[in-house]
Amino acid sequence: MLRKFEADLHIHTCLSPCCESRMSPRRIVEQAKLRGLDIIGICDHNSAENVACAKKVGEKEGFPVIGGIEVTSQEEVHILAFFDEDEDLFELANLIYENLPGINEERVFGKQIVVNEDDEVLSFNKRLLIGATVLPLQQIVERIHSSGGLAIASHIDRESFSIIGQLGFIPDGLSLDGLEVSARTSLEKARLEFGEVLDFPLVTFSDAHTLEDVGKSFTGFLIEEANVKEIRKALFGEDGRKVMI
Amino acid sequence: MKLQEIVKELGLEVRCAAHNLNKQVSGGYASDLLSDVIANSKKDNIWITLQIHQNIVAVASLKELAGVIIVNGREPEEGALKKAEEENIPIMLTKLPTFEVVGRLYKLGIPGKM
Repeated sequence: MLRKFEADLHIHTCLSPCCESRMSPRRIVEQAKLRGLDIIGICDHNSAENVACAKKVGEKEGFPVIGGIEVTSQEEVHILAFFDEDEDLFELANLIYENLPGINEERVFGKQIVVNEDDEVLSFNKRLLIGATVLPLQQIVERIHSSGGLAIASHIDRESFSIIGQLGFIPDGLSLDGLEVSARTSLEKARLEFGEVLDFPLVTFSDAHTLEDVGKSFTGFLIEEANVKEIRKALFGEDGRKVMI
Repeated sequence: MKLQEIVKELGLEVRCAAHNLNKQVSGGYASDLLSDVIANSKKDNIWITLQIHQNIVAVASLKELAGVIIVNGREPEEGALKKAEEENIPIMLTKLPTFEVVGRLYKLGIPGKM
């Protein structure tokens, strides 16, 4: 049966260097439940190393967690990638690692903490996750689609690291599945401000880097189950599924 | 040439770390892609950009740049200014566009060669 799921699919964990260190998957899931969300997505910068932990916590708590990555393209555009299958997610993560130069400088950018479901530190990621891959935007989107994932352009209303901010437009033929507007702009305002967005489904998520921000903005999906396949149908209005803002 | 003299010659507005202008500038680098600046700028370079977010401070600090000039009259984000003060990175503003800033710096003898 179709029902409305309130989803905040863009949440960072303590693996992202710019995120507060208490953002462990366990605390995020707790906070999401408190906020009354129905689904969350975990999207760290250029890595998925806390996704398995988040999914374990989700399973334990009976709370749906979708695995994702916020990929930084060569053009320094952020793209959210979501997959149902962990295998597909980790394949993309490997491709990113092969194309992500640099070593993290903790003092400057912050720590990149891999944790387990009991909030214990497992390791510190050494890669420059805040950096940009050498992969072109087009190739990233194609790669996400070829393994059945969803590709959504991050926070298009922000100047920094957004497709509109970096390129000024959405290139022809870039088959994005949606555009994310951040909590600071309403979707109505986004529609007025960026004409091009009319061609794409619009969503809003929190891009939370702090616990307080989890669920600060979210999107309702009328779907049957909490998974990427259903969300894709909602974005494209198939089989009665839809986006409910 | 010292940062102080550049500030004076170009009429820059210093917004952060004003006490740290005594540095000798080794050369200049102009780019708006952070990854490019990380890869190609050199220690004590002056960096010219239109980016205004706080990652510019992290990059400037990482690469030990002399300072950052933000062009086109753009106003840096609050987080960027706060971080720049902490990291002691001079942030300088100008209404001029990048091309003009680079031209004037070059005329003052600031090189752009690797």
